[in-house]
Amino acid sequence: MILPELGTYSLILALCLSILLAVVPLAGASRGNTLWMGFGRPLSKGMFLFTLVSFICLCWAFLDNDFSVVYVASNSNSALPWYYRLSAVWGGHEGSLLLWVLIMSGWTLAVAVKSRNLPTDIVARVLGVMGLVSIGFYLFILLTSSPFERYLPGYPVEGADLNPLLQDFGLIVHPPMLYMGYVGFAVSFAFAIAALLSGRLDAAWARWSRPWTSVAWAFLTLGIALGSWWAYYELGWGGWWFWDPVENASLLPWLAGTALMHSLAVTEKRGVFKSWTVLLAIFAFSLSLLGAFLVRSGVLTSVHAFAADPDRGLFILVMLVVVIGGSLLLYALRAGQMKSESSFSLLSRESMLLVNNVILVVACAMVLLGTIYPLIVDALGLGKLSVGPPYFNALFNPMALLLMLALGVGTVTRWRQTGFRHLLQRLWLPALLSLPLGVGSAWLYSGEFEPWVVLSLCLSWWVVLTGLGELYNRVRHRSEKLRGLLSQSRSYYGMQLAHLGVAVAVVGVAFVSYYTEQRDLRMLPGDTLTFRDYTFVFEGSRHVEGPNFTADQGRIQVLYKGQPYAQMSPEKRLYTARGMVMTEAAINPGFTRDLYVALGEPLENGAWAVRMQYKPYVRWIWLGALLMTAGGLLAASDPRYRKRRRTETATA
Amino acid sequence: MTPKRKQRLMIVIFILAGVSVAVGLTLFALNQNINLFYSPTQIASGEAPQNTRIRAGGMVVDGSIKRDPDSLFVQFDITDYDKTVTVEYVGILPDLFREGQGIVAQGSLNERGVLNAAEVLAKHDENYMPPEVADALAKAGKMPMPSGQEFNK
Repeated sequence: MILPELGTYSLILALCLSILLAVVPLAGASRGNTLWMGFGRPLSKGMFLFTLVSFICLCWAFLDNDFSVVYVASNSNSALPWYYRLSAVWGGHEGSLLLWVLIMSGWTLAVAVKSRNLPTDIVARVLGVMGLVSIGFYLFILLTSSPFERYLPGYPVEGADLNPLLQDFGLIVHPPMLYMGYVGFAVSFAFAIAALLSGRLDAAWARWSRPWTSVAWAFLTLGIALGSWWAYYELGWGGWWFWDPVENASLLPWLAGTALMHSLAVTEKRGVFKSWTVLLAIFAFSLSLLGAFLVRSGVLTSVHAFAADPDRGLFILVMLVVVIGGSLLLYALRAGQMKSESSFSLLSRESMLLVNNVILVVACAMVLLGTIYPLIVDALGLGKLSVGPPYFNALFNPMALLLMLALGVGTVTRWRQTGFRHLLQRLWLPALLSLPLGVGSAWLYSGEFEPWVVLSLCLSWWVVLTGLGELYNRVRHRSEKLRGLLSQSRSYYGMQLAHLGVAVAVVGVAFVSYYTEQRDLRMLPGDTLTFRDYTFVFEGSRHVEGPNFTADQGRIQVLYKGQPYAQMSPEKRLYTARGMVMTEAAINPGFTRDLYVALGEPLENGAWAVRMQYKPYVRWIWLGALLMTAGGLLAASDPRYRKRRRTETATA
Repeated sequence: MTPKRKQRLMIVIFILAGVSVAVGLTLFALNQNINLFYSPTQIASGEAPQNTRIRAGGMVVDGSIKRDPDSLFVQFDITDYDKTVTVEYVGILPDLFREGQGIVAQGSLNERGVLNAAEVLAKHDENYMPPEVADALAKAGKMPMPSGQEFNK
């Protein structure tokens, strides 16, 4: 088959188009040439088309078991079911980069199609910047990591198989969602750079950029949550967040992006914080690139670190320096022209959102420090070390709770100026209620007062109650309450939903961190263990065969208060192609608790090391993230982003 | 100094104080929570501190794994092909833990020079060798075949 060569060829064409995209519309915009500016849209479409063709070629090579392609041979196997063969496309370094550029060109296409009502020169500049960034990634693929290289003349008859950890639904969806988020921040970045280039640093670009940023943020949230969920059930430990450098690499742009969303709101509504918002947009995308660098360069010890090829690391590092250096230089040249359009007092929504930004950025800086500190120390030759979770927990958790406190206050403040009396009037009831509710719910659950849990629950109630209070206040004076509720904007409900998600996730984190119970035990068939009203009866193991693995399947009967409740079948799998052993945990999910059973290793006489866990409210963490995602998407779908543009073009 | 300048100066001093307190606390927290890596040779020569949380890594010595028949206690040796260190651990070992595999153990050394591990890490790829281990082996000139490049592929 000639398809892999076709894939390379169309990737080269996409590169050529991206170069044209980076040059022609930008040059047109700076010279006021409408014809050149108009090239932005067709070039974006072409770039997407050829990237898609290239991606389909790789997908076909996988589906067709074309093991003459090195990347296919080392990441797939003919015994794999077709859907895992397809998701194996992004199971390794080269293919996931191709997915990255596909999504990148997809975002570019989306901007090209969805920006009918934006001024021509802005569209040209945004697309041009997207083209510039794309050049870097196309070159990266073509020069250092082509997925289409062949084994010639002799090639293996069978592939080395996909890493069994990645043979899972979580992996099918986690990387695309995460990349949608990472690359989505390139759009916010492109809007910010376009605003700097055009010199029109009014609040308009903030309004154009807002829906894009919200969507990117929503995808990133979902991607991180999926990764956490995947780690929870697939790694066999029952942990949901490890402060692993690669997880941190995705959290960093998320924190910067969260700050950016809030700062964009201020810039759009009030015309202040302009230069800060531009800076945040640059940071959010730079941190996405830094994440890519950390993951791809092999400087980290992790499941995600595919390759330890120094060329690749160097390439991304250079790209990082060019992007950050170039955009900061532009920022330095242009930031002086930005003028605030209004003023605000110390007690106002602007100030509260500033507090939000400060907390998020400080948290981001702390996570960044903890993540790259070992790398810096190593690079300076001062020894090898790792920074443990206690560091992150000690610094991040108080910041998160502080943020929730500010969130409640911020919800009820008004733009520009808020009277202290007004604030007091609106906050005394939620404050008075959240205290006993938080203490009460912690007590009801555990019968004890764990300070951090009590604090987290109080603050979760605080966020929920202030949100509800604010909603009530909006319809209080309406005669028809229901119509009042319906007339609130989508972006308002999006905000409320996302804030509710924060509260829900924090409840989950607090409970699962403090009240998880875990027992590791050597169990013979017939052995039982009871805790938290559940009795686990180990009934031995049997041999089972899967499509590309063999497994020992343990049988564990679960009794609830002595009554038969569930049957759990954790497995220890041996994936034959790689000879790799994997733990497949059995999970009994529930709204308020998960039961989690995993097999350790086989011991003598049919005994097994068995790990049993009771994980309260663990699902709430991901439920919270889902609410945040929904909130972000709902806010971005607000018709006002489209309406206003229409009226603007009408008056223009 | 005009009152306005005085006010600005106060703000600047206030911010500087705040930032330095934050940086100080962060560095303090960082220093409390870093785990230094030591190779078996470094541990044997007494370079590693006792009763402090450290990381140690090497290859699991063939035939050195001893299990307690009634509990999850396990004992094994790790080596950089120069010196070996005994590790004791209670709990479930990771899937990829086996003889000849490169692992990293996190724990503290006791007076007998035995590492009481709180955590044993073996990563999720059979070709994978923790970079620290690969480094320590390369330094001792004992990189096993296939050569280091073949690992971490």
